Parts: sequence; C-alpha cells; structure tokens
Amino acid sequence: MPAGTLQIKAISAHSGSVPGRGVQREEEVCKYIDVTTCIGCKACEVACVEWNDMPFQQTTFDNTYQTMPATTWNYWNLIKFNEHQREDGTLQWLMRKDQCMHCEDPGCLRACPADGAIVQYTNGIVDFQQENCIGCQYCVSGCPFDIPKFNSTTKKVYKCTLCSDRVGQGLEPACIKSCPTGCLKFGTKTDMRAVADARAKQLREHSGFPNAGVYDPPSIGGTHVIYVLHDITKPELYGGLPANPQIPPSYTVWKRVAKPVALLLGLFAAPVAFFHYVTEGPKEPQPPVREVPR
Amino acid sequence: MTNGWIDIKNTDMMLIMGGNPAECHPCGFKWPIEAKLQRNAKLIVVDPRFTRTAANADLFLQIRPGSDIAFLGGLINYAIAQGHIAHDYLVNYTNAAFIVKEGFKLPEDGLYSGFDSETHVYDKSTWNYEQGGNLTRPAATAGALGSAGVLTPPGQRGSEGGQATSGNALPVDTHALTGLGYAAQGPAGAMSGSGGATSSHHPPTQGTLPPNVAYDLSLQHPRCVYQLLARHYARYTPEMVERITGIPRDQFLKAADLFTSIRKGGDMKKAGTIIYAVGWTQHSSGTQIIRTAAMLQLLLGNIGRAGGGMNALRGHSNIQGATDLAGIFDILPGYLKMPAPDDVDVATYLKRSTPTSSKPPEWDSFNYWSNTPKFAVSFLKAMYGDAARKDNDWAFHYLPKIDRKYSWVEIWDSMYNGRVKGLLTFGMNGVQIGPNSKKNIDALKKADWLVVGELYPDETSEFWRAPGTTPEEMKGIQTTVYRLPCAGFAEKDGTFVNSARWLQWKNAALPPPGEARLDQDILAQIFLKVRDLYRSEGGVFPDPVLNLRWPYTQADHPSLAEVAREISGQALADITDPSGQPIKAGQQLPGFAALKDDGTTLSGNWLYCGSWTEAGNQAARRNTDDPSGLGIYPNWAWSWPANRRVMYNRASCDLAGKPWDPERRQVWWDERTGRWVGNDVPDFKTDSKPADHMGPFIMNPEGVGRIFGPLAAFADGPFPEHYEPVESPILNPLHPRQSNNPVVKRFETPLDKYGDPSQGFNVVCTTYRLTEHYHYWTKNNPMNVELVPEPFVEIPHDLANDLGIKGGDRVKVTSARASYIAKAMVTGRIKPMLIDGKKTYQIGIPIHWGYRGIAEDAGRTALTSANLLSPTVVDPNAYTPEFKGFLVKLERA
Repeated sequence: MPAGTLQIKAISAHSGSVPGRGVQREEEVCKYIDVTTCIGCKACEVACVEWNDMPFQQTTFDNTYQTMPATTWNYWNLIKFNEHQREDGTLQWLMRKDQCMHCEDPGCLRACPADGAIVQYTNGIVDFQQENCIGCQYCVSGCPFDIPKFNSTTKKVYKCTLCSDRVGQGLEPACIKSCPTGCLKFGTKTDMRAVADARAKQLREHSGFPNAGVYDPPSIGGTHVIYVLHDITKPELYGGLPANPQIPPSYTVWKRVAKPVALLLGLFAAPVAFFHYVTEGPKEPQPPVREVPR
Repeated sequence: MTNGWIDIKNTDMMLIMGGNPAECHPCGFKWPIEAKLQRNAKLIVVDPRFTRTAANADLFLQIRPGSDIAFLGGLINYAIAQGHIAHDYLVNYTNAAFIVKEGFKLPEDGLYSGFDSETHVYDKSTWNYEQGGNLTRPAATAGALGSAGVLTPPGQRGSEGGQATSGNALPVDTHALTGLGYAAQGPAGAMSGSGGATSSHHPPTQGTLPPNVAYDLSLQHPRCVYQLLARHYARYTPEMVERITGIPRDQFLKAADLFTSIRKGGDMKKAGTIIYAVGWTQHSSGTQIIRTAAMLQLLLGNIGRAGGGMNALRGHSNIQGATDLAGIFDILPGYLKMPAPDDVDVATYLKRSTPTSSKPPEWDSFNYWSNTPKFAVSFLKAMYGDAARKDNDWAFHYLPKIDRKYSWVEIWDSMYNGRVKGLLTFGMNGVQIGPNSKKNIDALKKADWLVVGELYPDETSEFWRAPGTTPEEMKGIQTTVYRLPCAGFAEKDGTFVNSARWLQWKNAALPPPGEARLDQDILAQIFLKVRDLYRSEGGVFPDPVLNLRWPYTQADHPSLAEVAREISGQALADITDPSGQPIKAGQQLPGFAALKDDGTTLSGNWLYCGSWTEAGNQAARRNTDDPSGLGIYPNWAWSWPANRRVMYNRASCDLAGKPWDPERRQVWWDERTGRWVGNDVPDFKTDSKPADHMGPFIMNPEGVGRIFGPLAAFADGPFPEHYEPVESPILNPLHPRQSNNPVVKRFETPLDKYGDPSQGFNVVCTTYRLTEHYHYWTKNNPMNVELVPEPFVEIPHDLANDLGIKGGDRVKVTSARASYIAKAMVTGRIKPMLIDGKKTYQIGIPIHWGYRGIAEDAGRTALTSANLLSPTVVDPNAYTPEFKGFLVKLERA
C-alpha cells in the first residue's frame, strides 16, 4: 500500500476515472447521491458494514424494506424508504441513502468539548477520533441530521468517516465503490456540484420534475454529501431531510458569541494581571489546593 | 436476450414488464439508468406491485398477475390503429404478408381451429401458410419491384421519399375483399365461423410448411397474417384491457401512446426495448406472453436493432448456460430436438428435425437450421467418440427417446406416484423451488433414495423434518438421503453464461472447504463407478454408458478447461473449413461453420463452437476496447453465436442494407466488397446482396420473423390469446365459456387441488424475490439476514383495514393447497383494482424462507415456504409453473 501522501495515477481493473485524484488532501471532496436513480439495493449498506468491519446485529421486521429505523453506532449507512402519494394520484417510492453529511460548518464539531475528538480535514471530511472522545454526546445534540450515535459499552460516539482511510489513499469511499447504478459518485466538490446541477436540470427539463434540485444546504455552509432530489422544495419527504438544517443555537451562541467574548475577556485579563503583578508583586507560595477540573 | 445488457444504453424507450431488474438484477439495471441519463430514454414499468424498478419509472401501471397478454394485445391493437408501425420492416422482414390456409379460425370463442375437446390437444394442420406465391393485388404488383430489384410494398407508392409522413396506418379490412382477384380467397365466414377442422377429420400428421408461400405485399388479403393479426387484436380494446388487467383506460392509452411513439409517422430512427424475466414465464400462458411482446417488437421494427430487442433477464449467474446445454428435457445441447420413439434411425430423426425453407418464391431464406445434421453428428461424436460411426448411425440409438413429458413438475409428480424411485439434485433446492411444496415433500417420502449436493443443509435434504411431520411419520420414512457437500461458485472455475449470451471464464477464488467437492468430480466419480458396474455385471443396454467418450486427463477430476474445449469443438481428421483454410486433426475448430456431418468433427454444443479456438480460450478475453461506442466490446469474453452481440442484426438496416439509424451503425452492406460488414458480427449470409431479399431471421425456415406461429411452433395457438390463470377471480371476459388456456393440464393427485372464488379464495397472490436475498441460500448468511430478517406478506392498505390487520401483525395466507404464515407489510405500493368491474385485492409474498436458516433455526419464523401455496400447473410450451397469480384467502394468524 502506498503512503497516504502518495497520489494514485492509475488503478488496475478499474472502470472510469481514477477515484479521488487530487482530492485526498487539498481539494474539497464530495459524495454525490442521485436519489432519482437509486434503486435501494443496499449494496452501500453492506459495503459500509464490511469495509468498516462492523459486527452483524439482529434486526426486526418493521413494516418496511428499510433495514432499521435509523443509523446506529455500528451501522453508518442506511437507505431510508418512504412511500409518497403525490397530488396527481401517482406514487413515489423514495429511497435516500442516509449518512453523515460532512457539513462545511459541522454542528458536532462546534458542540464537542473534547480536544481532538472531532476533526475536519481540509478536504472537508469530518472525522471522529474515538481515542479523544469523552462520551459527553454533545455532538449528538449538535448534529442537525441525527447522525452521531453513542455506544453505551465503549462510551464513545461513532459515525460515517466518509472512508477517510480510503480517501487518504486516493480511493473512493466503500459505498461509492459498491454502487451498481452509478447513483453514487465521488470527486471534488466543484465537480460533483456541477454533475448534480446538470442532473437536476435534466430532471426538470426531460423527466417531468419541475422542482428537481440539489440539496447542499447553505444554512450550514453546504455539505460534502449532496443529494439530487426530485423535489427540492420538500426534502422532508425523503426520510426527514431538514429543509433548513440548523446547528442548535446554544452551540452557535457558544462558538460565535460567548467564546469570542470569553477570549476577549481572557486577552483583557493579561494586562490586568501584569498591572496586578507590578502593583502587588509576585504571588507567595501557598499550601497546595485541589485542582479545578477544566 | 436478443441484445445484451450494455446495449440497453442505446435505447430510446423501455418497457419493463414481467421483471423487476432493479430488484433482481441491480448490477444490470445500470444500463436502463444509463439510457435515461444519456439519451433521455423513457421507462414504462408494468407490474402487480410498485417495485424498486417502478421507483425509477417515468410511467408505472399496476397490472393484475396473469393478464399480460391482454395488455400487450391492447398495445398491438393500438399500434395498428394509430399506424405506429414499421411498414417496410413488417412487409419484408416478417410474415405479415404471408397468407394463412383456408379453414384457420381465430379464437373468438376461445378456441382455434382444430381443438380436440377429449385430448385437449390441437390438430394444427390449418395453422399453416397457403401456397401459391405472389398474390399481391395486380394494381399494386406493377410498382412492387423497386429499382434495386427489391420488393417494396404498394403502401409506399405515391408517398414522397418512400415514407408516409402523415401516419403509417394500413387499411384493415375486416370484410371479404370480393372482386379483387385473389386466387386463393376464401369466404369471409371461414375466418370467424365454425369452419375449424377437428382432429377426427384429419390424419395425425399435421403437415409441413409449404416451400412456395402465398403472399400479398399490400397486406390486404383477408387471410394474410397482418389482417388476421389486426382482426384478432381488434377485440383487445382499451375497455377490454381495463376489464381484464385492471389498468384504467386512460392510463393504458398513456402507456400505449408513449411506447409506440417511437414509430410515430413510421419513422425508423428510434428503437425501443422490452425487458422481462420470470414474471412473464411463470404463468400457464408464459410462452405466449413473451410471444405477444415479440410480435409487438416485430410490428414496431425493434428486433435486431441496437437499443431494441426482446430481452430476457436470466435469474441466475449461469441459467442461460444451463438452457444452452439442454437443461430442459425436450432439447439436446444447442437446442437440437430430443429424439422421439418414432425416430427409428438417425435419418428419420434428421429428416424430422431439419427444416426446409418455406418462403415467397421471389425471396431468399438462409434457413440456418438446414445445418442440423452437421450439428447433430458432431454432437454424437462428442458424446460417443469412436463408438459413433456412420455404419451404426453415429450411435444415435444410444440417445434416450422421450415418450412423454419429463419437465420438472412431471418428474416430481412421477415420484409422488411412485414411478420415480430416486433423485440426484445439484444446484437446486427442490422442495422449495417447485410449486405445491407439500406434494414435493410427500414425493420425497415415497422415494427410495435422494442425493443432494449442496452448500448448506437445506429443506430438500431435510424434507423429513418439514413442519407438520410427526415423530411417528418420520420413523416411517424409508428414503435414504445422501448429503454431499459441494463447492460454491467461487470455489470452481469454468464459464458463466450471462443473459447477454456471453461465455465468461472465471477462476476459482479459493479451494472448497472441508470435505466439499467440485460438482464435476462428484458426477465423474459416480459415472466411473456406474461404468465399472456395467463392465463387471453387464445390463440391459450397457453400450451408451460403456462407450461414453471420457477423454479427460484425470478421469475422476475432469478439468473444466478440457470440457470447455470439447464443447467448443475439435477436428477429428484433417479437414478444411468453408473458406478453404486447412484444419488439422486434433485442432480446435474456429467456429460452427467448420462442423461436418461426416464424423470428422466433434462439438458438444454447436452454438458454443468457436468459444475455445486454436487462439485459446475466447471466454477469458478481457479487452475493453469499444471502437463503435455502442457497447459491443467485441473482444471481451465471447458471445454465442459466433461472438455476435445483437442477434438478427441484418434487420437494423433497410432493404438496401443501410442502417435505419446512421448514428447506431451495427452492420451494413458494403457495395465495394460485396459483403455485409460492421461493428458487430453480421447475423447473416455475408455475401447475400440486398437485392436477393434474404430474410434477416435466418433461424426460421421462412427467413422472416413470425408474427403468425405456424404449425407445431406453439401448443396453444399461432397468435397469443388471453386466458385466465388456472386460479382466477373472474371468468375470461373475452370468452367466459373458455376461461383458461384449453391445452393446460391439471394434475390429479390428491394433493393437486385448485381453488376458486366460490370457495372463499378471492385474493390474487403473486410471489417474487428480494434484492437482499438470493433464493434459499442467503438465509444462512448473517449480513443478508440483517438486511431483511424475516418473511413477510405485502398487503394493500384497504385490505388490511378491511381485516383489521396492522403492519407487523402475523397473518395467514391460505390457498386450496396449504397455508403460509408471516408478518404483514401493509403498503401503498399495491392498490386494490377493479377487475371486470369487481373490486379485487392482490397480495405478494417474497419466497426466500423455509424451515432451515438463521431466522428459522432461531425460531423467529413460522417455518412455512411460499411455494406451499402455488398450484401444480405449467405452461404448455415451456413447462414453467404458474408461480404468479393464484388465489388465496387472507386472515389474521
């Protein structure tokens, strides 16, 4: 295996372009999901379980083709099946692959108080580093997509890594590799957005979906997983995709208001401390006191 | 498939019906999607349920199972009425202009001419062409011979550029065309009256096709195939389609207009494909459903063309190979006919099975099956080697002669009746895959022995512990069961033949585990033991066993490479091929054109001849060049026949040999070299110039496509007619007194019961497969079980409400034969239907569970099998059971 810094130029027995060319480090990556050509075959679910070596679990029948109600700590990729009766009487069976959206402005990362437990690479992948996770689950409440899942045994939180291990080697994520119809693609954000826009245009002009569009929500700075939807005005139909995903105000207030204020106060504290030192002199040794936890 | 998977990307229009490729062929389904993405192709899906495939459709129609012929017949009627037909193609490449014998009767009352109500068999002597040559109306004949010496239909005269621009409708005259000078014209009443001959008035011989067919290029003779077709399907009005199928008239018309829109104004550029699978075959009219679709494709000029064709999606990785190698009892490898008791010697057999051409005298017919003796003798040489000599009729007498039907259900029926004493089963789970599982389980109880070669302990090898078997009953079962662990597909090399007819060589990924052995080793070792027994003890007729050719380097472990070379074919003496190239004794043959009927060649299957040549294993080729961009990939693997990717591809060109669509050029006539050339291998006599008017359908003795299936081509009629499934909620609206297919046989054991609505069986039930599972294997694999953990029954909301059933409740489905218990999946994807004005419900059952497997062994299921419900009824042409569309009742369990 080449080191992660090496760039793959060609791959044997691989149809199409070399996946991940130029995307593993500098350029922003993106997973493209064309919901309108997804057949719900679940190859991506299997590939995810197998690549990430996750244990099998017993599921139960729940009146649906959907494997389980929601993603779990050891099931990061789930196709959500939804029957939708349209106003003209026709039926749609919507199948949306649900997983981490790798937000440009990740709510999980904003919420996380543990140093180094969540990182965002320059290519846009948001990755959890379980060795630094303290199990507080703030990320769970910080996510507008209900993605991070807590394992009560390990006391850590897990989610889709966008196969950062594969992408680091210049390979596409496992789900992309397994997709038989090509409704999943992987490339730079610019390229994938262009492919998605063209597909949405085709759906509007040739397939009778006047509201077709690309789901790349600006409210969180866009995402590194984008969807082509038949109807961009109703993302909720696709298994609860939020129309306007928001990071909970407590975390945005903390990061955007309270944290800068605190920082400012901290900066203000330095000259005050200096003034105190000058005027009061050094602190005299004292009996040890109990350390205050951070 | 006449075409191939990749070729679907070239289409403009798709009708997927009787198949659910997104579910069952997810990898292949990339090509319909490619057609949508790259060509804005439209996809129409017609299915009893809103399926995964329907989720990608531009138009979905919900149809009642078993009513497909009504829908397709309606499309034929619509295409004719609107003139959305391929006129030149129809006249010149099909038998539309051929005149049918006087006395042939259409089934207005449900019966064609010649039905014997006692034997339920047709005398088919009137199902034939008239002889007599050109009967084209004299006024028209004057202009019929075009400048290139090509017959052009009079319909084109006077229209600029040869193509009618204001629609392409041909006059359909349902009255007798009196006074127009037809030499062989019969009274109009002969068409619809009771003039049909019965078998008692005819000798048992049903005649042969006339060499000198009567035809009318104006297509106006009242007995020409086109007029009969139009008259036959004129009864399939949108209203009738609605009554039978449950598809509302406006939706049907929308689909009909969309699908036939590719031929609006007769324009030939566009191509449409029809894609189907076992949703069509598994009916008591299965073959005729497929035929209706093929006739529609001929009418629209879609066969032989890139992006067109009749495309059967095969259900397993090598089921096409199994079919090619005689997986069916009535054929030998390469679709040679199985000998019958009347074939007293090889000459009689070859005379019966080798057709002679039957065509308009001015036309030419390649009649490729005229080579049957070469294929048959080469096959016998492959079977019996030096023991097959000219002086002993090439050991023809070693071959079994079939005295009756030996289809799958007949074998199990015979076992149930005590006639079959033992069974070797490999690569199947017999108890589960057949209809009426209870009967199959009971049949095994009566057998002396059973050998099961499998990967897992399955329902067949453990039939004795089927639910409901009491300990006392178990003690009484005397069947000896031998369970042989077999290698899985990844543990074997050899070829898979896919739906696109490609032979693709694969390597073994790993050795078989434990004591598991390769299937071919097990079979070889059994054969060698049996041969030893015959050698030492003799027998009634030991010759076929003692003389079987067994040339493999390791007799008890035949290498599949050696077997593949033998199937492809070898020279047994120094010979020359038709082009004069010498082939030395022992060399691999370049192709089936080199086969001889003098014993100097052998080939296990002529269709595969050329798959392993002196240049090596063609099936192992992996070149990804596609110079034409049509997805032909000529040097990837090897496609039968002759590495040809689209069959009948001469029909992709007009009469002069120019492609109908210059953008999708498959083959064409090259005037300079005087040959057919192209991106694909021409499916034609390469030096037959267009002026010779050789038909593109070279496997038919007529040279043209059969809209009318003459003589013994089909057991139940030359045109398909809608018959109700054997268990149906209604009487056939076309002819209530002949509701079912008249030649379909009902079985008569105490376990063969058939239900009807008066007994309370009023819900239509169909069975199918899921993406997440593979037949009865993957219930043993934790990953698949995680994806879909347990059996279920799909039930429409309204029916669930009527019965107070909620999603997840246990329900019991009962047919006249048995009950099935599983959880309810209440869904909007199956809707109630109005069938002949009556509100009718349908439900669906995925087939994947039984009484062995992860969920079963853990006690999470009721241990019932879906096929406990289905009836023992088979299609009279292909012998496929009616797994789709039988009657049940539903209740809470």
